[in-house]
Amino acid sequence: MQINHYAPLRATATLFGRLGLSGRSLVIAVPTLWLFVFFLIPFFVVAKISLSKATISQPPFLPLYEWTSDGSLKFNVFFSNYQFLFSDPLYVNAYLNSIKIALISTIIALLIGYPIAYYIARSSESRRNMLLMLIILPFWTSFLLRVYAWIGFLKSNGLVNNFLLQTGLISQPLVMLQTDFAVYTGIVYNYLPFMILPLYANLVKFDSTLLEAASDLGARPIVTFFTVTLPLSFPGIIAGSMLVLIPAIGEFVIPSLLGGPDTLMIGRVLLDEFFPNRDWPVASALAIAILVVFVIPIMILRKALGAQIEVH
Amino acid sequence: MPRNGYFLPIVAVLGYAFLYAPIISLIVYSFNESQLVTVWSGFSTKWYGKLLQDSQILQAAWLSLKIAFSSATLALCLGTLAALVLTRFGKFRIKSLLGGMVTAPLVMPEVITGLSLLLLFIAMESLFGWPKGRGITTIILAHTTFCMAFVAVVVQSRLVSMDESLEEAAQDLGATPLRVFTDVTLPVISPALVSGWLLAFTLSVDDLVISSFVSGPGSTTLPMVIFSKVRLGVSPEVNALATIIISIVALAVFAGGWRAFSVDKKRNAVGAQTE
Amino acid sequence: MAELVSGAQTWKDPNATPFIKIENVSKKFGDFFAVNDVSLNIYRGELFCLLGGSGSGKSTLLRMLAGFEKPTSGTIEIDGQDQAGSPPYRRPTNMMFQSYALFPHMTVEKNIGYGLRRDGVPASEINERVAQIMDLVKLGGFEKRKPNQLSGGQCQRVALARALIKRPKLLLLDEPLAALDKKLREETQFELKKIQETLGVTFIVVTHDQEEAMTMSTRMGVMTGGKIVQVGEPHEIYESPNSKFVAEFIGSVNMFNGRVIEDAADHVRLRSDDAGCDIQVAHGISCSPDEQLWLAVRPEKIHINRTRPAGDANITEGVVEEVAYMGNHSVYLIKLASGKQVRVLQSNLERHDSGATHGSERIFLTWGGASGVVVRP
Repeated sequence: MQINHYAPLRATATLFGRLGLSGRSLVIAVPTLWLFVFFLIPFFVVAKISLSKATISQPPFLPLYEWTSDGSLKFNVFFSNYQFLFSDPLYVNAYLNSIKIALISTIIALLIGYPIAYYIARSSESRRNMLLMLIILPFWTSFLLRVYAWIGFLKSNGLVNNFLLQTGLISQPLVMLQTDFAVYTGIVYNYLPFMILPLYANLVKFDSTLLEAASDLGARPIVTFFTVTLPLSFPGIIAGSMLVLIPAIGEFVIPSLLGGPDTLMIGRVLLDEFFPNRDWPVASALAIAILVVFVIPIMILRKALGAQIEVH
Repeated sequence: MPRNGYFLPIVAVLGYAFLYAPIISLIVYSFNESQLVTVWSGFSTKWYGKLLQDSQILQAAWLSLKIAFSSATLALCLGTLAALVLTRFGKFRIKSLLGGMVTAPLVMPEVITGLSLLLLFIAMESLFGWPKGRGITTIILAHTTFCMAFVAVVVQSRLVSMDESLEEAAQDLGATPLRVFTDVTLPVISPALVSGWLLAFTLSVDDLVISSFVSGPGSTTLPMVIFSKVRLGVSPEVNALATIIISIVALAVFAGGWRAFSVDKKRNAVGAQTE
Repeated sequence: MAELVSGAQTWKDPNATPFIKIENVSKKFGDFFAVNDVSLNIYRGELFCLLGGSGSGKSTLLRMLAGFEKPTSGTIEIDGQDQAGSPPYRRPTNMMFQSYALFPHMTVEKNIGYGLRRDGVPASEINERVAQIMDLVKLGGFEKRKPNQLSGGQCQRVALARALIKRPKLLLLDEPLAALDKKLREETQFELKKIQETLGVTFIVVTHDQEEAMTMSTRMGVMTGGKIVQVGEPHEIYESPNSKFVAEFIGSVNMFNGRVIEDAADHVRLRSDDAGCDIQVAHGISCSPDEQLWLAVRPEKIHINRTRPAGDANITEGVVEEVAYMGNHSVYLIKLASGKQVRVLQSNLERHDSGATHGSERIFLTWGGASGVVVRP
């Protein structure tokens, strides 16, 4: 019954098997090795540099070890960068500020996005696809350009001010650019699709008979919303909020283009340490600090939340 | 007649207006005669002309497209492999490590990814002599790395929702695991592969931060050029560029949506016939 | 194809070697035994049904036969060959999946011919055999259709054709009729049996539907909690259940509890407060004095009388609580003095029987000495 086209392949496989390789382990190895080299190892490099000191050289930091003139091995390991991070309030403030801005933006995005997602979920099926396409479309255009668009809106002689001045609502142009307000606007605007889509995905699976049951038992629409719909859409709210909050904390482009000199966000601070200041060790230390204080807790949280959502 | 009165539709309309107002203004003012982007002084297409003569932008655009194409394709292969391994290979020793590495880029601030990759490339260069300097190669390596995480998520979700008995049926009928993959798995997940590639392509073309870290002289990408231009203020050329990009994307999205819609229609028609 | 005379009852032949030998097979998931020390012999040409509720382990056992699960212990032999270490694509088995698992991107033709292509069969032969089998399952004309253009019943036939075309030694069917509506299910039951008898392929069918098992199988095995509790021909299982569980699992049954008061070689007498009378069993049973036993009597074996019949055992009195008219038969719910509810089934032999038993009537129930089966819990 078996026609053996596979004989030569089988022979190779047996050879590989003897070498401890198998098709299966090769397939596992390829992405693992790539990520190990290009994702994991860089963090070790960063950690190593964070323990060094900035110098005027190429590259601009002291090597980990060097042979001194009298033939002995000298290690250049300093923890001063980390001390510096915590002693200078700039960094801690920037981090806390980032969280604050991201959090507020997330809440605003939720308040705007929820009704929109709800509206789409309640629409007829043919309209739904059209409406969804319109939400997704901005996401596929350039992030950078969409932030840029707000510059035109929020400048002193920009569209919003022109409109307000012409209609006489104000007499002096409002300062909107280079402020926290502009950053909030930028983040909410750019990340709105990320809030709407998970909310929609949750709301669209909603069993409308639950609403009918509530109504039948005497609840007014508003009450039904708060006691039935809202609690059941909780997973969607969490998913959407995470998709906005987490990237927003590390944002660089939006605070850079729309924010002012006081709008400190940690992403921008890190880049400023690296490029204009050329202090690679401090930038590296900052990166490690962000990893430890932010990224790793988030990953642990996601795993824990993911397990909970699966239980649901 | 909306059940909850007019509240929802009004909010929805305002929401869509909010979403599209900046985009529309970009487009409208790309046709503005005046240099002052927000003061209308007449209709003109001169900025498009200027754009097409701006070699810096054109070169950067071409470079970004090339990089995106390579990165997306590489990311698709690696991301699909990772997704396959994580969903279909059962338990193996380094599973949590791989799983962690695949999902970490999704929550990693781009500045950190960019910084770490640049420092890696510098260290590699001094140890092995490769990669020589920073340029297209390093950008592609960097983009592939962070894009494959997104591809893996998209493909993984499709693999998980796919009926595994299809693969079992193929095995039962005599297909070896490799054949099961090519005959059954790949065709069934192909829509996810397409979206994964498109997603990776978009992320790469749009990337600013990581490219800024790992690019070198002579490898300036389009976002980098745009960023340096808009830092200095508004520029109508950028508006023209934005309009072109938006038009291409809009066409593609509507074409894709139209196709999906008509395929659905055909399927429902034939299905109705057989009942 | 198998050169089997249909109707040859191979399992009755004492010299026959089992075609499928399942020996002390167990499957553990963590600490949980999905299949617990199961041994079973199945003979060539049988249509064997594994009957059980959900969680009984029947699907796991089937998957181990197909090669999708590895037994934690025990051996499986098919046609004398130990299947240990054999992956699904090298086994002489084919499976029909509960969800049909038709490849959505292939036409019906390509779906059915898939297994033959994997074997390297020449294209011309494939086309011929596909046409043959599509004829057998009555799917002619559907070659170029895709699965999403088929109805449920048509999908099922494609799945069957795809599994049969390779002429496997063993065909495994996982709840093949579960997704069909009642009428279609009945028709398909007979069709499946006919196809099996025509081709002579050994079938193992997993089902939770006892009617299905009783209709189709040559023999059936009742499974619960990972174990097989009884194996036999359908009438054996129905009329001679070996335990209270099997008696209650198959069809409906009345269970009377009684204490042994007489134990002889040719009869046993039980005193039953449950039944409100003495129970006389017309054959000997190995038991001990005063032992508590159960008598299982099927509803159709009990007779209703308006007057007290003669005799000193197997007669009890009660009130008719409810009558359920089912068309061809009626089911009577009768409450005895002890409070016990008894189900009695009677065919409606006359069109408008004005003398039929009705609610609230006082009547007498009686049954024959050999009409019931003594079972232990």
